[in-house]
Amino acid sequence: MTAATLGAGTARRGGPAGRAARGLLHRLLPLVLLIAGWEAATRASDSPFFPPPSQIVRRMRDMWLSGPANHLYFSAEAGDSIMPSLGRMFLGLALSVVVGVLLGLALGRSEQALAYLEPLLQFCRVIPPPTLVPVFIVLFDLGTQMQVASIIFSAIWPILLNTADGARSVDPVQMATAQAFRLSAVQRLRFVIIPSALPKIFAGLRLALSLALILMVFSELLPGTSDGLGFELTNAQSQSDLPTIWSVIVLLGILGYLFNTILLAVERRILAKHRAGAKG
Amino acid sequence: MLEITGLGHAYGAHRVLEGIDLEVGEGELVTIVGPSGCGKSTLLRCLAGLMAPGEGKVVLNGTPVTGVPDDLAVVFQDYSRSLMPWLTVRDNVALPLRRRGLGRSERRAGAAEALASVGLGDAAGKYPWQLSGGMQQRVSIARALAYRPSLLLMDEPFGSVDAQTREDLEDLVLRVHRSEGVTILLVTHDIDESVYLGDRVVVLARDPGRIRAELPVTLPAGRDQIGTRSDPEFVRLRAEVGRLVRGVAADLSEAASR
Repeated sequence: MTAATLGAGTARRGGPAGRAARGLLHRLLPLVLLIAGWEAATRASDSPFFPPPSQIVRRMRDMWLSGPANHLYFSAEAGDSIMPSLGRMFLGLALSVVVGVLLGLALGRSEQALAYLEPLLQFCRVIPPPTLVPVFIVLFDLGTQMQVASIIFSAIWPILLNTADGARSVDPVQMATAQAFRLSAVQRLRFVIIPSALPKIFAGLRLALSLALILMVFSELLPGTSDGLGFELTNAQSQSDLPTIWSVIVLLGILGYLFNTILLAVERRILAKHRAGAKG
Repeated sequence: MLEITGLGHAYGAHRVLEGIDLEVGEGELVTIVGPSGCGKSTLLRCLAGLMAPGEGKVVLNGTPVTGVPDDLAVVFQDYSRSLMPWLTVRDNVALPLRRRGLGRSERRAGAAEALASVGLGDAAGKYPWQLSGGMQQRVSIARALAYRPSLLLMDEPFGSVDAQTREDLEDLVLRVHRSEGVTILLVTHDIDESVYLGDRVVVLARDPGRIRAELPVTLPAGRDQIGTRSDPEFVRLRAEVGRLVRGVAADLSEAASR
């Protein structure tokens, strides 16, 4: 989480290359100091619960990056644990985006439907998603089906509600323009409503991404799971394999940071025109 | 080409328009001028088919207006909100042409031609927010022209640009009116503008909005900002329109003091 926050700050600032590099250095400094301090402290205390970072990194490399060069050094274990997790997360996220955006657009453009359904939707949204996982375990097959369902149920709300909000608050002059020039419903969606709602859709997507990551791990911690990072976590725990547990934690941090950075970059690229338009 | 008979509308108990009868002929440029709150915008929205009037009817080219008519374009006052910031100038102008069933190259050609006619041939690849206010309003005029409407409605189109730009845009409207032969109905609160642009000036009174007077403008067709505005006939007309518009305000203050 700390890494992600730091990263967002890094990504937002620009400027000449030299200053950017120096800025990056300044921002990385606390992280470097933290790791160095942690290394020193863990070595000194020699606690089995807190392995030094160097040992964690070594374990990570052994577990996931010891494969052949033609697999980009990814080991078979990486394929067995990281890939299924990410596959489920992206499947869940993709379905959430498709369903959430479609329903959100429909709701946002229908004053009445939104008025009727918004309290219900807000109610669904505030239910902590992990509490529904036991329900999904009963409803769906254990494994992928249940896990993807859990991810969708957490990730869909911010996307759906933000899209509805964005579609509802399209500028009335823009809508009148579309109407006066007799744009069809599809053309209105494509050229007016969706572009106008896009900033809010992206804000929802960022929330959905972090929720999907949480639910990805959480749903894999439960019995009936046979692969994935969460499974690796429980497996390591049952064997008191602390370095592996820490490795998974660090990897999840890196993945979360990476996805967030990618999403921010995509968002900034797509919304550049919107932001400039809002300023001018 | 446009016939309005007995048009009236009320928002709840508040009557905004009453008994509007107006005819606009082919190729005419009619300006509607009135104090704020005289129902100008409501009238325009009824004509554009954006809302249904409470009473009366509007007939465009022999067809009663029920929805948005096919051969009508609107230039809104608020250009910055009427243009889509995520589309380039070219795509903004070409957007309504999709409805005309034109192919991509025809749309681009139509947009290029319309942009050239408003003097923005070079700006096609830019985004609206990269242009000045006056240029943005030119883009929305170009968008309306590219649509090739038989009637062009303009809702206080120069209300939010500076004076110099306003004069340039007024001359632009006169030029395209002459060259394209499009019928224009322009709503404004500016008395000078209504006389300078109009073949005919319609003065509205308020509470409820109704037609106070219709004045033919007998100025020569070739108008220019300096010459026309110092023409004695222009001075006479603008004084008369001014009295008609202000007369309404005087009525009101009397009513209020009573």
